[in-house]
Amino acid sequence: MGSTDRIEKKTLLRAPRARVWAALTDYEQFGRWFGVKLEGAFSPGAHVRGRITSEGYEHLTMEMWVEKIEPQRLFSYRWHPYAIDPNVDYSKEPTTLVEFTLAEARDGTELTIVESGFDAIPIARRAKALEMNAGGWEVQAKRIAEHVDAQ
Amino acid sequence: MRSSAAAAKAPIFAALGDETRLAIVGKLAGGRARSIADLTADTPLTRQAVTKHLRVLSDAGIVRHRRAGREALWELDGRKIDEAKRFLDRIGADWDAALGRLKAFVEG
Repeated sequence: MGSTDRIEKKTLLRAPRARVWAALTDYEQFGRWFGVKLEGAFSPGAHVRGRITSEGYEHLTMEMWVEKIEPQRLFSYRWHPYAIDPNVDYSKEPTTLVEFTLAEARDGTELTIVESGFDAIPIARRAKALEMNAGGWEVQAKRIAEHVDAQ
Repeated sequence: MRSSAAAAKAPIFAALGDETRLAIVGKLAGGRARSIADLTADTPLTRQAVTKHLRVLSDAGIVRHRRAGREALWELDGRKIDEAKRFLDRIGADWDAALGRLKAFVEG
């Protein structure tokens, strides 16, 4: 509907729900697929931080503020979207809310990711983020190509 | 394609690469059109300085003005909404990549 406030992604994972739940909420497993070395476990209200491990972003620290953990169903946290300039203090900016929701599917587990709250992010900062990422596309395109090749 | 797109965007970023202009854009980001007097209030800037900055922003297609009686009212250019959409596209692409890695992780 042309919303500028939220992103929604839905995907079918061919794995049992408990497996997916662990991959999302065990902080070490989360770190392995997301590409971040987190320093602490997730619990409601926890502030968890860690070094990004993805190529080209190793100088960045990621921060997450855990909101909800409803076993096997919902995991949510807040963070600063696209906080990729180490010289900028993002702490005063509004955060976005990321929600992972799991549902039973015939061939595995359906995962829905919603990130919302973008309308509160200053427009000048969005433009800045686009500028910053001028070279970032190549890394992403490479990752997607690798993923597609692996299938 | 990439470089011509980047070249087309260069004036936008040059225009935003100034704290005063970013502050002006920040004020207009609320969505309400404002007069130069309004934009000058509670700043140490003169009317002339604000006018000059607005002209740079206008040349880059970030703001535009319309007449309201004797005054000109300035507002963000609607086209810049595209910028916001592209920001979401980019974050969406990051999620696609992260999801791909999660998929490989749980299915592997």
